[in-house]
Amino acid sequence: MINEHLPALQVVVPLLAAPICFLIPNKRLSWLFATLVSWLSFAMAILLVIAVNDGTILHYEFGGWAPPWGIEYKVDIFNSYVLLIVTAIGAAVFPYSWKSIQKEIPETHHRIYFTAMLLCLAGLLGMTITGDAFNLFVLLEISSLSSYTLISLGRDRRALTASFQYLIMGTIGATFILIGVGLLYALTGTLNMADLASRIPALEGSRTLEAAFAFLILGFGLKLAMFPLHLWLPNAYSYAPSSVSAFIGATATKVAIYALLRFLYTVFGSSFSFDYMQVHWLLMPLAIASFMFASIVAIFQDGIKRLLAYSSVAQIGYILLGISLVNVTGLTAALLHMFNHALMKGGLFLALGAIAYRIGSTRVQSIAGIGQAMPYTMAAFVIGSLSLIGVPLTVGFISKWYLILATLEKGYWPLTVLIIISSLLAVVYTWRVIETAYFQERPAGAPAVKEAPLSLLIPTWVVILANLYFGINSSLSTDLASHAALLLFGGSLL
Amino acid sequence: MMGLTPNDLIVLALCIPLFTAAGIFLADKNPNVREGITLVGSVLLFITIVALTPHILDGERPNLKLIEILPGLEISFTVEPLGMIFALVAATLWPINSLYSIGYMRTNNERKQTRFYIFFAIALSSVMAIAFAGNLLTLFIFYEVLTLSTYPLVTHAGTEKARNAGRVYLGILISTSIGLLLPAIIWVWYAAGTTDFKAGGILTGQISGPLLTLLAALFIFGIGKAAVMPTHRWLPAAMVAPTPVSALLHAVAVVKAGVFSVVKVVAYIFGLDLLATAPGIEWLLYIACFTVVAASIVALQQDNLKKRLAYSTISQLSYVVMGAMILAPLSLIGAALHIAVHAFGKITLFFAAGSIYTASKKTNVSQLNGIGRRMPWTMTAFSIGALSMIALPPAAGFLSKWYLLLGASQQQQYIAMAVIVMSTLLNAAYFVPVIYAAFLKTEDPVQERDHKEAPLPMVVALTMTAAATLLLFLFPGLALELAKAVGVPV
Repeated sequence: MINEHLPALQVVVPLLAAPICFLIPNKRLSWLFATLVSWLSFAMAILLVIAVNDGTILHYEFGGWAPPWGIEYKVDIFNSYVLLIVTAIGAAVFPYSWKSIQKEIPETHHRIYFTAMLLCLAGLLGMTITGDAFNLFVLLEISSLSSYTLISLGRDRRALTASFQYLIMGTIGATFILIGVGLLYALTGTLNMADLASRIPALEGSRTLEAAFAFLILGFGLKLAMFPLHLWLPNAYSYAPSSVSAFIGATATKVAIYALLRFLYTVFGSSFSFDYMQVHWLLMPLAIASFMFASIVAIFQDGIKRLLAYSSVAQIGYILLGISLVNVTGLTAALLHMFNHALMKGGLFLALGAIAYRIGSTRVQSIAGIGQAMPYTMAAFVIGSLSLIGVPLTVGFISKWYLILATLEKGYWPLTVLIIISSLLAVVYTWRVIETAYFQERPAGAPAVKEAPLSLLIPTWVVILANLYFGINSSLSTDLASHAALLLFGGSLL
Repeated sequence: MMGLTPNDLIVLALCIPLFTAAGIFLADKNPNVREGITLVGSVLLFITIVALTPHILDGERPNLKLIEILPGLEISFTVEPLGMIFALVAATLWPINSLYSIGYMRTNNERKQTRFYIFFAIALSSVMAIAFAGNLLTLFIFYEVLTLSTYPLVTHAGTEKARNAGRVYLGILISTSIGLLLPAIIWVWYAAGTTDFKAGGILTGQISGPLLTLLAALFIFGIGKAAVMPTHRWLPAAMVAPTPVSALLHAVAVVKAGVFSVVKVVAYIFGLDLLATAPGIEWLLYIACFTVVAASIVALQQDNLKKRLAYSTISQLSYVVMGAMILAPLSLIGAALHIAVHAFGKITLFFAAGSIYTASKKTNVSQLNGIGRRMPWTMTAFSIGALSMIALPPAAGFLSKWYLLLGASQQQQYIAMAVIVMSTLLNAAYFVPVIYAAFLKTEDPVQERDHKEAPLPMVVALTMTAAATLLLFLFPGLALELAKAVGVPV
């Protein structure tokens, strides 16, 4: 009985929990409540993955209105996999938040924080699960507005400008998506994705359809921080509170990539997107520019958060590269890296939050010599960095392996070389942080530093250990990713 | 050890150093217990490796699969003769080196000794894993672990100079391994669908022509630890480390891991016959030849004793690469033998350098006039080590060079033969003056400190390795038997 409603509950539970959370007068209770909801969401996502793992597709009609009139939620291997990523990171970040925000967010805003986090979670999950193009836009706005709020909560006053910058660019992106969806509606008279997919092939050659396609690609490109539309991201990640950087950095861009893929493969169909529009020739150079340019820029950053933010732009570049190769291995690599990057970046931002909690700063120079004082936190950071570089036994290796394999399958060996060069750049930018922490002395007169509290360490290490676990026993993530990729290519989704 | 299967012994060989590291960590506060643990652990490892040897001589190739990361890509260990030689050398020298370390680290009041011994043990564990690696992926993983675990040892002094040297060390080793070695491994996997080591190679029929040469070049330069020019600069940089590190790691374990990997790839990934068909492959041999000569010439000009030894190591390592790239079974025997032979000789030389420093604080060749009379044991051992480098009987260096020459003449590689002869002369040119000055020149009248021999543990250690250098010449049976089985299918 309850299973039947799981797709709806996955979104409705965090969405309804948000206002309730705001009404709870006690801060600690509201945190416990929000954490409980995040774990419940994670449990539901696991149940959904199990339910669709054999290839079944779950449909849910809201209010009993049959599609294409009503809003339909639809769960298949592909989006259940994304749900799993988002809720897993949520389940680690919510318990972590309590300690982390004590020092980073004024106490009066704690309830707002948890409410906005739940809204953001609900929005991201909704975007992932919905089978309706307009509903996707609405939920995108919910997640975006709540993330503007979350970023502006940062203590640093520059958080306000960062949030505003993101607001402007995010709104442009969302507007583009809305225009794209509007044009599709004007052309086809439907907003249901399955319905759209069945009507679009007949419209091939329509200028309006091409315009809709372009608006959607640009809109999602902005939301997922595709080079050169990534400008909002470094500021947003740098000035947001640590836990917000961890959550948004690990999930928001992934969901935008999911939405892009959903439109490319399901709504427009791969023959229109790749054979007719040749969109991969747009994506590939931008992807290469992303990971080369952002990796180089990351080397010169003073703030570790900003460094990780540029690294995120680079990692998104890898994902886009996988997509632009248009083969099953490439798409598998892209999907795998969505999962793996969430783990590595989530872990790194969480470790960084623990550092910020103790020393109040995340500049490279300010962490000099903390390797001995915070051994567990820094060890987590080192493992996260190794994963980012792509060292064997971490998830980063698995992603890179598939990505390189995909380039070789296509015969694009210069791309292989570029991937390896950018991995070496990752060695350089992470090494700067590690060397400063371990091999420089603490400046004279600096206050003594203690290891971070357990409530920060445990969530951090859970995510970090997942980096190792899925790097050694990768069958779960690779199976899900390759099944999802096959599904997208097979077009048997609908 | 009778009830243990070869697979158990492999597990033990990998785990004993790790347990030793853990024990050292726990005994942080009590130096005597800590050093006791190091000694016991290293001796246990030695016993384990010795117990494994008869199995390999009997033709067994024990194989241990740990985990499969991706289909066809697993962490697995297989023991074969070449790995056995490497493991034997490292396991024999670790206890001796530990003994030496105790004398060196205590007398010189080095800082953070617990950290030193822990990373040393971890490095030895990864050396065992490299020696027994069953495929390229496993080899690569532990190759990187070895680089990372030796970094804290190189930068042990913690000074700006040590940090800069550490940066060169990591920079070269990491960038060559990720930039060249890893792509080569992926290429092999892509072509052959496996990276398992097999006698006779796995690439026959998969890759041919100039691509083969390119792949071989990726391996030779990607394995930066083999220090073929121009990837050699990390080795002189690593000399800022305390001398026991230079002795065991940068004359034996780390550098031998490099040339071991080269020989292993040539014999077990390419196979001699396949590689001989690659056009232009002799150029890789010539680069090794060039390294042998050029490094010797640089060594001639070094006044700092450890630097001179470092460049001598670079030169000697390229002998092994030459042995592999001559592509004759006889020279392959020479290469495998040289891994062992050079290890005993060079560790003796480094032990001597460290003992000179500990007793007299002297670091330069020009300061050594007449020191042989104050430190007769040390300088006699030094002379034996030097003889082995020059390859004169009765030191073991003669053996490996003999096989190298035989192989080169069989393949009619006259350039390689000329290089071997020339470098023998160069070796003599930079070692004999040291011996001459130490024993025959009179001491400078002004001495900063009056000293005798170094502390007893150090003298014992260097006497043992010098004796081993002579014994290896007199009783080469075991090493030769293993070396002859390298690359031969069972």
